[in-house]
Amino acid sequence: MTVMSKRADNPTTHLTPEDIEQLGVELDAIRASVIESRGASDAAYIRKVVDVQRKLELASRAVLLASIFPPAWFVGTAGLSVAKILENMEIGHNVMHGQWDWMRDPKIHSTTWEWDNASTAEGWKHSHNELHHTYTNIIGKDNDLGYGIMRVDEDQRWHPMYLAQPLWNFINACFFEYGIAAYDLELGKNLRIPKEKRSEKFKANTKKTIAKIRRQATKDYVVHPLLALPTGSALPTLAANFTANLIRNVWSHSVIMCGHFPEGVETFERAAIPADETRGQWYLRQMLGSANISGSKAMHIATGNLSFQIEHHLFPDLPSNRYQEIAPQVQALFEKYDLPYVTGSLPQQVASAWHKVVRLSLPNGWVEDTNATNAPKQFSLLWKLATGGPKVRRAYDARRRQMQRREAALAA
Amino acid sequence: MSLTETRPAAAPPLRMRHRITRVVEAATTPLLPADYLDLFAPLRSGADLRARIVAVHPETADAATILLKPGADWAGHVPGQYVRIGIDVDGVRQWRAYSLTHGPRGDGLISITVKAVPDGVVSNHLVHHCPVGTLVHLEQAAGEFVLGAAPAKLLFVTAGSGITPVIGMLRNLFPVTDEGVLLRSTYDITVVHVAPSKPDSIFIDHLEQLDAAGAIHLIDRYDDVHGVLDVEELPALVPDLAERTTYACGPGGLLDALAAHHEAHGLTLFTEQFRPSFVSVGEGGTVLFSDSDVTVEADGATPLLEAGEAAGVLMPSGCRMGVCFGCVVPLREGAVRDLRSGDITTAIAGETGDEGVPIQTCISAAAGPCRIDL
Repeated sequence: MTVMSKRADNPTTHLTPEDIEQLGVELDAIRASVIESRGASDAAYIRKVVDVQRKLELASRAVLLASIFPPAWFVGTAGLSVAKILENMEIGHNVMHGQWDWMRDPKIHSTTWEWDNASTAEGWKHSHNELHHTYTNIIGKDNDLGYGIMRVDEDQRWHPMYLAQPLWNFINACFFEYGIAAYDLELGKNLRIPKEKRSEKFKANTKKTIAKIRRQATKDYVVHPLLALPTGSALPTLAANFTANLIRNVWSHSVIMCGHFPEGVETFERAAIPADETRGQWYLRQMLGSANISGSKAMHIATGNLSFQIEHHLFPDLPSNRYQEIAPQVQALFEKYDLPYVTGSLPQQVASAWHKVVRLSLPNGWVEDTNATNAPKQFSLLWKLATGGPKVRRAYDARRRQMQRREAALAA
Repeated sequence: MSLTETRPAAAPPLRMRHRITRVVEAATTPLLPADYLDLFAPLRSGADLRARIVAVHPETADAATILLKPGADWAGHVPGQYVRIGIDVDGVRQWRAYSLTHGPRGDGLISITVKAVPDGVVSNHLVHHCPVGTLVHLEQAAGEFVLGAAPAKLLFVTAGSGITPVIGMLRNLFPVTDEGVLLRSTYDITVVHVAPSKPDSIFIDHLEQLDAAGAIHLIDRYDDVHGVLDVEELPALVPDLAERTTYACGPGGLLDALAAHHEAHGLTLFTEQFRPSFVSVGEGGTVLFSDSDVTVEADGATPLLEAGEAAGVLMPSGCRMGVCFGCVVPLREGAVRDLRSGDITTAIAGETGDEGVPIQTCISAAAGPCRIDL
C-alpha cells in the first residue's frame, strides 16, 4: 500500500481537525476508565501468569532431563516452548512497556525486568517503546517496517536484492531473537560506519548484547544439556531447547508481522506528519497503522494480547489483560468516525502479511499484471528489471505511472 | 592456629558453594534462582524478608492487632522498635512503618497494632479488609525508642496511637495472662495517656488492667473531658516528675512542647515521633535533583522532565508523552501530579522503600517540594 497521504482513497479525508481532536478526547476517556478501575484483580492476573510461566518452565526443564525418551522430549519441548512464548509475549514485552509499573513492585517493573531473549531489555525498550511506538509506520523513522532489510511499501524503490526478501523473512522468523538484538543495535547502520568512528554508546551496547547472548546460549545449549548428561539426554535436551527457541521465534515473528504488515494497514510519510502532531493526530495514526487478530482467549494470551494490536498501540501502557475489555469501545469509535478497523484470524493475517512480503519482493504491479498467458513475457520483463540497472527500473516505474494516469483520465 | 593455616581448610567448601551457585545462576538466567524458590518458599532463609499474616484481632471498632509470621531471616526486635511493612493495597505496593506491640514472643510471631485513620489507604486495609494468609514485605526492626538499661523510675507520655510502642514495652515487662498480670518487673512506671476521647483510645483496656494490677500508675486524659493537655500541667499530674526518665511518643506538636519543657527544667526525655513527616500537596514546588545537586522551582503545569532539562540535569527521556517509560526515575520524597489524570503520587522519606517511588518525569509535575535521584 502506498503511504496514506499520497493515496486517492485516503481514509481520513472526511475528518476535520475538530473531529480528530474529539476522537482523541474520547480515546482519553477510555484510557482513564481503565486506569480508574485498575486494581487488585489486575495485579493478581499478572502474578498468576508469572507464577504459571515459571512453574511450567521448571516442570518442562525437569521433564527434559529425561528427554532421551521421546515422549519426555515432546512433552518437555512443548511445555518449554509455551513457557518461552508466555515469558516473551504476555510477560516480558508488556512488563517492559511499563504496563505493570503502577503496582510499584520492584520485581515486576519496566526498570528492572530482563527477558528470556537475545536482545537486552535496555536495547528493546529504546528501539521498541521509544522509536517504534512513537513513530509507528512512518517510512524511514519506524525501523519495524521491514527491519531495514525488507521492502514493505510500494513507495520504497524496488531493487533486485528484494527478490530474496521472502527468504530473508523466513530466516529472520527462525532466528528472530537475534534479529531483534541486531536491530536494537541498529547493526546495519552502525556497521557501515568505519570502525574508529562508531559511537561509544554503540560499542557499549554491543558489548552488553554479546554478554546477554552468551548467557542465554550458555543456559540453553550448555548448562541444561550438561545437567541432563546423567540420563544420556544431553543432546536431546540441546535439541529441545533449540526447538523451543525456534518455535518461540517463529511465533513471535508471526504475531508481530500481523500487527503492522497485513493488507489494509496504513503507512505514513515523514513529510506528512506535522512537527507538532497533536494527541488526536497521533491516536489516528496508531488506529490506522495497526491490525488485530481474532481468536480464542488462549490465542490472545499467547500473543501477549498483541492480538489487540490496535488497542495496544493506542494505549501501550495499559495492562494487557484489559485490552479485550476495551476493544468493543474502541471498535465503536472506528465505526463512529468511519475508519477501517483491520482484523482477521491468525492464519488469514499471517497469509496476508506473507502475501505482502512476496508481492513487494517484486517490482510494483508485477504480481497484479501477471497471469498464465503473459507469464513468459512477464518473467523476461523481470529478468530485464533485475539485471538492467537503475535506469531500466526508473523507466518501468515512469511507464506504469503514465498508464495509471491514462486510465484515470479515461475513467473520468 | 594461624590465619594462613585455617584458610585452606575453609576455602574448598566455600569455593565449591560459589561454583554451584554460579552454575545454578547460569541455568536460571535472566532470572535468579531466588525467583523460582520464591514460588514455593517465600519465607525461607536467604529470601527477601517477608511475613505472612496469620491472624487479625480487632482491638476497637477502628483498630486491630495483626499477627505476622516473619521470614526465617527475621533478626528479632526489642519492644518499642518499629518495622516497615510493604503491603499491596488495590494492587499497589504501599510501605508504612508500625510499632511492634509485643516483646519477642515464644512462638516467633510478631505483631503490629494499627488504627484505621480517615482516608488511610493502608491502615483501613489492614484493619478492615486484610485477609489472613496475605504475604507482606518486611524490613528488619528499627528504632532507638527502646528501654535498654533504663533507670527504674519511668514516665511514659503517649498520645493517640503513640501508645503502640509503649504497649510493646509494657507487655514485655508485665505479661498479661489468663491468671492476671505477671508482676515480675520492678519498674516504677507512670503512664500519662492522652486521646481525643475514651472510646477512641486503643489499648485503654490493657492500660486499665495494668493499672488495676498495680503494674503501672495510669493517668488518662481525654480531650472531650479534660480539655487538650498543656505540658505545663505535667508537674501537677506527676508530682515526682523530676525523679523519672520520660519516654514520649505521639504527634510532633506534643513532642516539641515536651522537649522545650524538659529542657527548661533540666529533665531527661526520649521521644519517638510515630509518623515522622507528612507530605504537603500543592501546585508546583521546589525540586531537588540530588545526584546532580540542582534545585529548580517548578510550577504545577511543567513536566519534571522539562524542568530538569531546563536546569541542565541529564534527564533520561523517551517519547515525552507518557508512553515509553524511558524517563522513569525514583521519587525519594515529595509529591508529584500526573498531568494527564491529576493523580497525586507521594513518597515519604523513611517510609517509602529505599528504591523510592518510580515516576514518569515526562507526564509528572511537582505538587509540592520533591527530591529526585538524578
